[in-house]
Amino acid sequence: MANEAAYKPGFWGWLNRRLPVEVFWRSQLSEYYAPKNFNFWYFFGSLAMLVLVMQLVTGIFLAMFYKVGENTAFDSVEFIMREVDFGWLLRYLHSTGASAFFLVIYLHMFRGIMYGSYKSPRELLWLFGMIIYLALMAEAFMGYVLPWGNMSFWAATVIINIFGAIPVIGPGLVEWIRGDYGIADATLNRFFSLHVVALPLLLLLLVALHLVALHEVGSNNPDGVEIKEKKNAQGIPLDGIPFHPYYTVKDIFGVAAFLALFAIVVFFIPTFADLFLEKANFEPANPLSTPDPISPSWYFTPYYAILRSFPSKGAGAVAMLIAVSAFFFLPWLDRSPVKSIRYRGWIYKTFLALFVVSFLGLMYLGLQPAQGTYVVLSRICCVPYFLFFILMPFYTRWDPVKPVPERVTAHG
Amino acid sequence: MVKLAIVLMALGSLPLAALAAEPEAAGEAATPVKWEEWHAGNSIEDTSSLQRGARNFMNYCNGCHALKYVRYQRMADDLKIPTDVLSRDLVAPGSNALSYITTSLPDADAVNWFGKVPPDLSLITRSKGTDYVYRFLKTFYADPASATGSNNLAYPGAAMPAVLSDLSGVNDAVFRQDGGQKVFDHFANTVPGTLTPAQYDDFVRDTVNFLDYVGEPTQIERRTIGIWVVLFLVLLTWLTWLLKNEYWKDVH
Repeated sequence: MANEAAYKPGFWGWLNRRLPVEVFWRSQLSEYYAPKNFNFWYFFGSLAMLVLVMQLVTGIFLAMFYKVGENTAFDSVEFIMREVDFGWLLRYLHSTGASAFFLVIYLHMFRGIMYGSYKSPRELLWLFGMIIYLALMAEAFMGYVLPWGNMSFWAATVIINIFGAIPVIGPGLVEWIRGDYGIADATLNRFFSLHVVALPLLLLLLVALHLVALHEVGSNNPDGVEIKEKKNAQGIPLDGIPFHPYYTVKDIFGVAAFLALFAIVVFFIPTFADLFLEKANFEPANPLSTPDPISPSWYFTPYYAILRSFPSKGAGAVAMLIAVSAFFFLPWLDRSPVKSIRYRGWIYKTFLALFVVSFLGLMYLGLQPAQGTYVVLSRICCVPYFLFFILMPFYTRWDPVKPVPERVTAHG
Repeated sequence: MVKLAIVLMALGSLPLAALAAEPEAAGEAATPVKWEEWHAGNSIEDTSSLQRGARNFMNYCNGCHALKYVRYQRMADDLKIPTDVLSRDLVAPGSNALSYITTSLPDADAVNWFGKVPPDLSLITRSKGTDYVYRFLKTFYADPASATGSNNLAYPGAAMPAVLSDLSGVNDAVFRQDGGQKVFDHFANTVPGTLTPAQYDDFVRDTVNFLDYVGEPTQIERRTIGIWVVLFLVLLTWLTWLLKNEYWKDVH
């Protein structure tokens, strides 16, 4: 794109001769063409960005008052809740934001799966997204430890101990991660460092890569049609509309609607029935008193339920690892000639539906005690979860697909 | 006919027992007391209840339990307690209005007497819930086998003695056999307290209400602001929807 603005008079020309502001604006927004048929599911990418920024800003302010250390962390959080002006708001925005982040990311990922957005040419885009998801899990886990409540302590103990299942190096690795023989002051200090510096930097870098990759290949859409294949004489996709203003105004609406729902949680149900802030975490960390049951935050419980479905810790840890990493292989597991669920057949739809049910089922079961029926149900849920991935190369080939239209079908 | 009368009486007493949930005097037609289903029913908006709760706490709990995250002055401001009343009746000797609410019980003595340091109660309603505290304070019973002479249904083996028995009176717990298990049936009052059961119920509810406030002093402010924030965002959502539709008119 030619830097036309460089020839303009005045400050705008001066600036653009030195920094390609207008070129960037045009190429990434006002002349970046997105499919015109985005639906509800396409709000969650921009909402994830919103939540990321919100977490960074509230996090910066929380870190001004938070005092890392096993004897000060819990007290400083209560100080924020009680004596810092609007400290309670900062804390609830941040704690609700963590859950909202995962909700939005899960819906964003589900959108990608439903419309085959990971398929060629968007494999790398999907992989960057998946690495973001992993980094986000690490970020959330470490952030959860910082208030140093009793659930912080015990969830950290349980989750770090999973690394102990690795043969030979496991026990040493666990000790290295903790920096002590148990979850202790040293662990809290390093988690703080990783939570406020290392992982946010990594997340920002990954989000930048995710967006660059997206704008290189262009967005998929609910029809799974490549809009770049049908262009007009000016080289503009026939089914494309400029991202700005059309999708900026649409996303602003999405942001407002999201914030309205978000505010209802923050101001009226911040603990969200023990799911966003657990009762046990209003007691300071106590190595002598174990909360019953110990459960990680809801966004980790599908994997936690899988871990507990296996009688041996080693097998459970391997299964959990596979359950998380299987998403990375979707672009190559899926052999279907079509992208979108709209043109897929009943076999794929059945597998996807069973996968969603088992994922939600595991999420619920991971919050329950690891006993009796709950474990049996977890094992049952594991079957469709893993079959969704393992059998994908087969059922996506056998699936009776429908013909895909040349152009996108609807918009709104 | 006699049987029918008993059934009718039992039915009649059901809602009463469920609502008032009072310890029953020995000998009455026994309806099993479902204390696990009691709810505190406190209202954080009721300032006079909060004030009474603060008084109850200072008089009966603060001897052993601290509220280490709460300052006297903050409490007085939030609960609309006049400054002279605060300094005269509520602030402990050795503290001032800006002090945190500590207890005068030294840890060493506490361990000596009770085997443990009584927990700080700043967050008790957040970690256990208001209903738990309400049930705890209402289910003490005499238990000669216990070191404190009393025991508790909500927290069996509690190290805390029945310090409120002057008010509530002394109750025996009557258990029945149910499928080979010992199940609590009802309370039998042996020594009446200075408060009637209804007055004691109010006493406990006020105290729980105060502890609910203490658990999250900003909760009234949170909800008050929240209404305006949500209203604003709903309006904004509507306006941005109109804006979006205006722009999208040209997309076909």
